[in-house]
Amino acid sequence: MPDLIPTRLPDQADIPERRRFLTALSLLPAAGAGAAWMSGPTAHAQPQVNSRAHIVIVGGGAAGLTAANRLATGLQGAKITVVDARKEHYYQPGFTLVASGIKPQNYVVTGTADYLPQGVEWVQASAAEIDPESRKVVTSDGKTLNYDFLIVASGLKLDYAAIPGMDTERIGQNGLGSIYHSPQAAQATWTSLSSFADKGGVAVFSRPATEMKCAGAPLKYTFISDDHLRRRGTRSKSEIIYNAHNKAFFSVPIVSEKVRMLFEDRGVKTRMERVLASIDIDKRVATFKTPDGTEEQPYDFINVIPPMRAPDVVRNSPLRWQTGPWAADGWMEVDRHTLRHKRYPNVFGVGDVAGVPKGKTAASVKWQVPVAVDHLLASIAGKESTASYNGYTSCPLITRLGQAMLVEFDYKDNLTPSFPGIIAPLEELWISWVMKTMALKPTYLSMLRGRA
Amino acid sequence: MKDMDPLVFLAVFQEMLGPLLWVMVLLAVGGVAAFVALMVREGGLASRRLVRAELLGLLGGGVALVIMAKVSSSGFTDAGGPADWFLIALVYGVGALGTTVLAYAAMGWMTKRPSA
Repeated sequence: MPDLIPTRLPDQADIPERRRFLTALSLLPAAGAGAAWMSGPTAHAQPQVNSRAHIVIVGGGAAGLTAANRLATGLQGAKITVVDARKEHYYQPGFTLVASGIKPQNYVVTGTADYLPQGVEWVQASAAEIDPESRKVVTSDGKTLNYDFLIVASGLKLDYAAIPGMDTERIGQNGLGSIYHSPQAAQATWTSLSSFADKGGVAVFSRPATEMKCAGAPLKYTFISDDHLRRRGTRSKSEIIYNAHNKAFFSVPIVSEKVRMLFEDRGVKTRMERVLASIDIDKRVATFKTPDGTEEQPYDFINVIPPMRAPDVVRNSPLRWQTGPWAADGWMEVDRHTLRHKRYPNVFGVGDVAGVPKGKTAASVKWQVPVAVDHLLASIAGKESTASYNGYTSCPLITRLGQAMLVEFDYKDNLTPSFPGIIAPLEELWISWVMKTMALKPTYLSMLRGRA
Repeated sequence: MKDMDPLVFLAVFQEMLGPLLWVMVLLAVGGVAAFVALMVREGGLASRRLVRAELLGLLGGGVALVIMAKVSSSGFTDAGGPADWFLIALVYGVGALGTTVLAYAAMGWMTKRPSA
C-alpha cells in the first residue's frame, strides 16, 4: 500500500534546553528575518463570527492544523472537526536537513495533538470517502460526518508502487535513499549517503514527472551530496548525475538557468527528459524513460523520489479536476486565487492537495490558508472576501552546506523577494542558510498555531 | 509579505526560545536598567571600568559568532555576499554591546561604593 503523507510539522519540546539556550544568545537577527519572511495576516486581527456551522477539516498536517487554529480563533459557537489518523506531526521542511546529517531525526517529529486548539474535535481516523453532493465525509472507522463547510488538507500520496522494483523497506540499504518517505527514511538516507561519500562512486538524482512537494528538494540534495563528497575528499573520483524530468531544472525559468550554471560549476552531469521508470535495488541500476525509449544508469547511491498524486479519497471523489493538467493525478479543482472549490462553493482545498500551479510547500500553506479561511468566514457571515492568493511560495535552495539561495516566486514566475536589495534571491548566501536551519521551524510552528 | 506584525515576531521568538525568551528580555532590561542606575549614582561613566568592560565586549562579540556558528551548523566562513557580512556585524555587535553593558553594570555594582 502506498504511503500517504499529508502536509505536516514539530514542537519546541524536542529542542534540548542547552541548545535552546545557545540559540537564545545569538538568534535574534536571524529569527527576526525569518519572522519577517513569513509574516502575514494574523488570525487575532479579525473579529469573531458567530455561527453554529459544522466545519470538517480533512487532514491534520500543516495546512489542516493551521486552518483549525485560524477557524477556532475566528469563529464563535461553530463546531470544528479535524479528521486524521496520524498522531505524529512531521516538520517536512526539515527532512532534507535530516538526510544531510545536519539535524537528528527527532528534529522533524512532534505530535498532532500539540497544535490542536481547544474545542476542536479530533477524529483519529482517515477519511475514506468524501461526498460533496450530500455534504458528508465517511471515515475509515465507518463514522459519517455531515458538514456545512469542508476544508480538504489531505496532503498527497507518495506513489512508490508506481516504480517497479522499488521497496521502501530497503531504504538505507545498498545505496538506496529516499528522503520523502518518512523521518526514518530521511535518517536512513543520510546513513546511506554518508557511507557512499566515504568511498565515492556514481550518484544518481532525479525528480518525478508529476506535481511534487518542494520541487527544490531534489536539487538541494544533489548540491548537498556534492559538498559531502568534496569534504570527504572523494569528489574527484565520483560522478554526480542529475536527471531532469523535462527540459528545465526548475519551473521558474530564471531559477532554472541559475541552477544550470551552478551544476556546471560543481561538475554535476545533467540529463534532460529522464523519468525514473524502474529500479533494480540488488544490481544498483536505475532505468529511466527517455524521449527515445529507456536508459539504464548504474549507481552507487540514488535518491528515489516517487510520483506524487492526490490521495485516493480525493482522487476518487467528484472534487478532483475533471479535465486539464491536474485531472490525471486527481488534484482538487479549486480556484487558484481563493482556494475555493470551483463546483462546490462550501468546499476549500489547501496545501499539497490543491490543484494549482506551483506551491506544495509550507510557505504556500502559510499564504493559502489565511485566504481560504477568510473566504469561508465571509461566507458564514454573508459577506464577500477580497482576499487573494497570488501563488507566493518559497524555497531556501541549499547549494552547499552553509549556503542557500532564498528563492521566492509566484504564479507568474516572478521572483518575489521578501528582502529586496538585501537578500538577493539568486545569490548563494549564509544568511539564507541560517534562516533555513534556525528561523524556519519556529516560524512554521507559529503558523500552525495560527500566530504567523 | 504583507502586514508586518510585531506579534508575529513575538510568536516566532516564543517558539524558538520558549521560557528563555523572557529570561533574555529580563536580562536585557535589567542590564540596561542597572547600567543607567549606575551612571546616575556615579554621575557619569567610570572610564577605567568602561575600558575593561569594552575589552570583555570584544570577546563577547566573538563568542556570539561562535555560538551562532554552532546553532546554525555553519559559520561566518560561509559568508557569500554583503547580506552575510551585515549579519556577521550584527551578531558581533549585539554580542559585544550586550557583554559590555552587562559587564560594566556588574563590575560597578559589585565593587564597593567609594567613600565620599
